[in-house]
Amino acid sequence: MLKRLKYHIAVFFSVIGPGFITAVVDNDAGGIFTYSQAGAKYGYLPLWTLLPITLLLIVTQEMCSRMGAVTGKGLSDLIREEFGLRTTFFVMALLLLANLTNVMANFAGIASSLGLFTVSKYISVPLAAAAVWFLILKTDYQRIEKIFLFACSLYICYIVSGILVKPDWKEAAIYSVRPVLMLDSGYITMLIAMVGTSVAPWMQFFLQAAVVEKGITAKGYAESRIEVIVGCIVMSVIAFFIIVSCAGAIWSNGPRDIVDAADAAEALKPFGQYAFLLFCAGLLNASVFAACILPLSTAYTVCEGLGFESGVNRRFNEAPVFYWLITLLIVIGGGVVLLPNFPLVQMILLSQVINGMLLPLVLIFMTILVNKQYLMKEWTNSRVYNFVAWTAVAVMIGLTVGLVGISLQDLLRSK
Amino acid sequence: MVSDNVLFCTELIGLRVYDTRGRRLGRVKDAALVPIINPARVDRFLVGGGWTWLTVRFDQVRSISLDGIYLRDEKLTPYHSDEYMLRIVRDLLDQQIIDALGRKVVRVTDVTFQIKPMEGHTQLDVLEVDIGMRSIFRRLAQGVIPPSWVRKIQKPIGPNSIGWEYCNIVEPDPQRRLRLNISNVALEKMHPADLADIVEELGPDDREAIIETIDPEVAADALSEMDVDIQASILESLETERAAEIIEEMSPDEAAHVLAELEEETSSEILEELTEESKSEVSELFEHRDHTAGAMMTTEYVSLPENATVQDAIEVLRQDEEMLEVLNTVFLVDAEEAPVAAVPLAKLFIAPGSHPLKDLAPDTLLRVTVTESENRVTDIFDKYNLLTLAVVDADRKLVGVITADDVISVLKQK
Repeated sequence: MLKRLKYHIAVFFSVIGPGFITAVVDNDAGGIFTYSQAGAKYGYLPLWTLLPITLLLIVTQEMCSRMGAVTGKGLSDLIREEFGLRTTFFVMALLLLANLTNVMANFAGIASSLGLFTVSKYISVPLAAAAVWFLILKTDYQRIEKIFLFACSLYICYIVSGILVKPDWKEAAIYSVRPVLMLDSGYITMLIAMVGTSVAPWMQFFLQAAVVEKGITAKGYAESRIEVIVGCIVMSVIAFFIIVSCAGAIWSNGPRDIVDAADAAEALKPFGQYAFLLFCAGLLNASVFAACILPLSTAYTVCEGLGFESGVNRRFNEAPVFYWLITLLIVIGGGVVLLPNFPLVQMILLSQVINGMLLPLVLIFMTILVNKQYLMKEWTNSRVYNFVAWTAVAVMIGLTVGLVGISLQDLLRSK
Repeated sequence: MVSDNVLFCTELIGLRVYDTRGRRLGRVKDAALVPIINPARVDRFLVGGGWTWLTVRFDQVRSISLDGIYLRDEKLTPYHSDEYMLRIVRDLLDQQIIDALGRKVVRVTDVTFQIKPMEGHTQLDVLEVDIGMRSIFRRLAQGVIPPSWVRKIQKPIGPNSIGWEYCNIVEPDPQRRLRLNISNVALEKMHPADLADIVEELGPDDREAIIETIDPEVAADALSEMDVDIQASILESLETERAAEIIEEMSPDEAAHVLAELEEETSSEILEELTEESKSEVSELFEHRDHTAGAMMTTEYVSLPENATVQDAIEVLRQDEEMLEVLNTVFLVDAEEAPVAAVPLAKLFIAPGSHPLKDLAPDTLLRVTVTESENRVTDIFDKYNLLTLAVVDADRKLVGVITADDVISVLKQK
């Protein structure tokens, strides 16, 4: 019995990677800001959304990893084969734009988290950019994956800092399962933002490509499914702790808006140096992590979809487009953070708009593809699963379109 | 670069088709080859007009240019899906093919045809398959910008094309492979390591299709170059007989290695199919634990009695020419089959035929037991600058040989 349990644990750890990493890195600088904001302004009230978010995330991620395992092809490959070049080009162009702004947001996260330790952004950002560039281009995927898994484990910072703040656990437990709806426009905006940031288009491409890269096959898929589910739950647990620590530290002393995630960290200072340090370390880790994954995943996806050579095992002159994309994403993404007066907040809002435009497309393509018999054989969605999937897709689309509306409004107002 | 006698698929699709009296019949929707008759000629043009698609045979076409296709015959038949047809838009555009010359998997963006005036009719031959920026631009501009402008604007972008004769279509369905006359000759000529890279890049169905249809010897060589997980997943998807055929061609150590990765049921089924000789060789190796000398070694080696001469050695080597490609040492064993000396192959060239082999060998013979650890083996190779190392069992009998490439594989995996 124990031996079998050991075997299952061993198998689980041998497939752990793609699904887990994708779900966890979803809590990047942007995600952390959103959850901090939710906790700071509305305390424990928004916690109930984490449960449906987890479900939505599981449904969408599961379909992607299944497609990767069965077809052995990336999502951009499949979109190209089934929907043609023009559609693919359009999707890739949007993805590139959205991810570029995401990279910016994460370099901004690096700058502000190290800024709390009085490190100038003119030092932290170029150093981080160089480190990211070397890590991506000079390491093979297997090693990168180990580093990424290590980065995942650092998210525990948030759990510890959440405990140090000593939030009201009873309240937190109650509101995790009690849905609270208020007809307050700020509150509704918050809820939509939380759901909207939880599933990003790049994640679908990254996850499927990573499943293929790892060589997971239809037969070994059962473990991968568990991995995806565990990853999504871990992501929500981390989000939970970010919300409760901000609820405990900020909201209980008077609800207010926060400027950025570093602002939230600052507010944790009265609860001891460690709570503050851990929150900062968490933000730094998440930002660096996302700043690594986004350029890499974008370059892979775009090159695959458009038929350019890709892969870190190829040399520069064999895969020029691939290397240029990575380099430009890092240089531009990090560079703009250093520009004085660069409208970063507007860029991040814009990124949400583009992501929101892209996500419906990607989700619809995915659900169509996963139902194609000749691609998926006996692994297509069952009827019940399809109902759930399309409902999830519809809900995601509805909320994302809502977020686009809100972001556009903010964008126009900020001008 | 682009001359008047070429036509791109992006230009062909949507081209107007006129009958003998200049009346418009419709627009080209797709073009089909019938590779079993002619591997490059467009055999049928599929024209969409009213409710159905019509088929224009290649010899019914008078002229083709950017202005349109003019027919010389009006007896057109409705289109029926035909299994012998390779349709350019449906089967080729946006799909992956293998570039046998560049040895990589590429995705087709556009196709270049050559316009060939023949006696009485004009035909299109597939010239190249286009990949890269230039063809992407054409696809994006198709139907938006007039074709003649597209040709002008694309000039500064460098072309990137693969000659049609080097294109290998990947078709998982074996029936359809036959009908479309797809051969694997070009793949079989590649270096196994290149072929392995290509196969690894494809999805599981396509991988299986290639390994299933190429020569088992080539398949075995290519498989040996792949990641062991991929080897296992391919072999599990094949018919047992086919898998056994391939395993048979692999060197015993490689075979044992991959069989160990398979599910027990599959590997015992495959073992049953092997010839008695390979079965005993492989199952012997199968017994050894991972990361030991026994798991690293191969049982394919040349051993001679200790009193053998150079002439005897040459006689033995003549019988197994295939092995010569990788062989660099000949072992001498005593009456109990215990190794006594290792003779470097090169020494045979300069010694007279009657010379005893034993005198050609260095004084000391290094050996390890099958249970020796992998790390210890690599240390020995490094320390003594070896190319080969004898492996003995508990009774000190020679049972196998580890070569430098086995050591490299082990080091590479770390």
